[in-house]
Amino acid sequence: MARNILVVGELVEGALSPTTAELLGQSTRLVDGGLVAVALLGSGASGAASAAFEAGADKAFTSDDAGYDQYNSDQWVNAVEAALDDVDAVLMAQSSVGRDMGPRLAARQNTAAAMDCVDVSDDDGTLKATRPAYGGNALAEYSFAASPAVATVRAKAFEPITSRSGASGEVVELPGAGESRTTIQGRELAEVTGLLITDAKVVVSGGRGLGGPEGFEQVEALATAFGTSRAAVGASRAACDLGWYPVSQQVGLTGKVVTPDLYVAIAISGASQHMAGCSGSKMIIAINRDPDANIFQNSRYGIVADYKAVLPALIEAVKAAS
Amino acid sequence: MGPEERGAGGPTDVEEAMHFVVCAKQIPDPETPPSAFKIDETSNKVVPAQGFQPVLSQFDGIAAEAALRIKEAAGDDTKITVLSMGAESAQAAIKQVLAMGADEGVLLQDAAFEGGDSHATAKVLAAAIEKLGDVDAVFCGRQAADWDMGQVGLLIAEALGWPAAILAKDVQIADGTMTTTRVLANGFETVAQPIPAVVTVSNEFGEPRYPKLQQIMQAAKKTVTTMTHDELGLDPSEIGAAGARLKLERLYVPISNTQVEIIEGETPEDLAKNLVAKLVADKLF
Repeated sequence: MARNILVVGELVEGALSPTTAELLGQSTRLVDGGLVAVALLGSGASGAASAAFEAGADKAFTSDDAGYDQYNSDQWVNAVEAALDDVDAVLMAQSSVGRDMGPRLAARQNTAAAMDCVDVSDDDGTLKATRPAYGGNALAEYSFAASPAVATVRAKAFEPITSRSGASGEVVELPGAGESRTTIQGRELAEVTGLLITDAKVVVSGGRGLGGPEGFEQVEALATAFGTSRAAVGASRAACDLGWYPVSQQVGLTGKVVTPDLYVAIAISGASQHMAGCSGSKMIIAINRDPDANIFQNSRYGIVADYKAVLPALIEAVKAAS
Repeated sequence: MGPEERGAGGPTDVEEAMHFVVCAKQIPDPETPPSAFKIDETSNKVVPAQGFQPVLSQFDGIAAEAALRIKEAAGDDTKITVLSMGAESAQAAIKQVLAMGADEGVLLQDAAFEGGDSHATAKVLAAAIEKLGDVDAVFCGRQAADWDMGQVGLLIAEALGWPAAILAKDVQIADGTMTTTRVLANGFETVAQPIPAVVTVSNEFGEPRYPKLQQIMQAAKKTVTTMTHDELGLDPSEIGAAGARLKLERLYVPISNTQVEIIEGETPEDLAKNLVAKLVADKLF
């Protein structure tokens, strides 16, 4: 059954975000003869439309108004509502934007949003949204009893398409940013040094079992041994809440969801809410002195030992192999 | 009232005490180990694990803490009402927030409320907030730690036509303005909004307080008001399962086919070497 889908796009320094391309790619697989549209807001939006067409969009609603550069919900929700032209589903990233916009847009359209989905698929002509629940212990599948269906989707849930090089489409101008009840007084963005944890091929994470912030020195040293161009450091919520490591590096349900080739969990017990952030890794290895720690249930390889004893040798062995 | 009208002296100098609502949900204990976590796939419901009592969703405890800190900083008689939609057992969640220092409790208990989605739940909570009247701010947890949707706070705000700020790590309310520092994927953002407003509070805010024994005993004696759909003037077809727009079709435990291999070795060097050999064999270098 043909359906029209709108993707709420996001721009990173004027370029299409990777998740936007992933959502456009999945939309081309779901429309079944319908149209894929994208909404792009802020400086560089109309310039990014061509990348959106190549990623799968047939139509782009854009506004280059710099008033949209910082997400402000009233302004963005109004703009996206103006782009809802005969749309059956709205997809957006489970990002700082989507977390706020998804429920608001659904409320204003008298429909529903499924948040933090890991899959959005076609189920006999109806849209099915799949998402983790109960801290990742369960998976829940939903259908929508109202239209348009709204879903926020995790990064890397879908593959982008690469076959539409040179594709073009219709560009429709959206109004500039209007009034908002929210005044943004300031932003304090975390200093990004090196690789983003969500882009890393290897994530080395530390938990409460490190015993203190100084434990992260060895965790960082192991990440460095894997190579700074492919490894990043993560931390469990317990470690972040204790102030041992920056919140921007938190892995888990309430932090980042990472999907590296290799996830190394050091002194992390493996609570469900942590696993919800790393279970999409291709391989998990765990170092923990408690042989009954839940993390081993989810790991391919495990070392049962005190991290302090093992890490110096592991750092040297990884250096030698890298 | 403009700032020039707030001059010294006169009756308008005294700020009226505020009224906050804390939304509290009782959920199955998220600390239930995965091995004890079971789902009845015919009813799509979680089977209560033996030996684990339902608890106040942890983020709602933090939301209560945020409301209490603002009340204490204001030093006035700001009233805090804790609101919960749920079964009779949710009294325990309400009493926990009362013991922390909230003033009044309201339980929204009605078979017509059951089986709702986020929208239907928010509709009931918003109706109760309207009925309470004169509410200046609503505090919710960033998400309920069972379904993890994270949208009821925003949906309450939309139902009431109020602004909302999500994922607060700090929130202040003074002079008709709510100022929230909220967590972004790559940092923090501070926003100002006029009240009445809704805020959802994140774990970065800090830990909720532990009530003292005396407070627990006092809270136990407090009467919790109950409200039904009739009293809230809600049509049963618009709430609960009947009013849900998002339909849960299936709930299941994903099958993990990972079998852990514990690396053996006499010394740390052996363990490290044997693990790296496995990673090399799996082409991770």
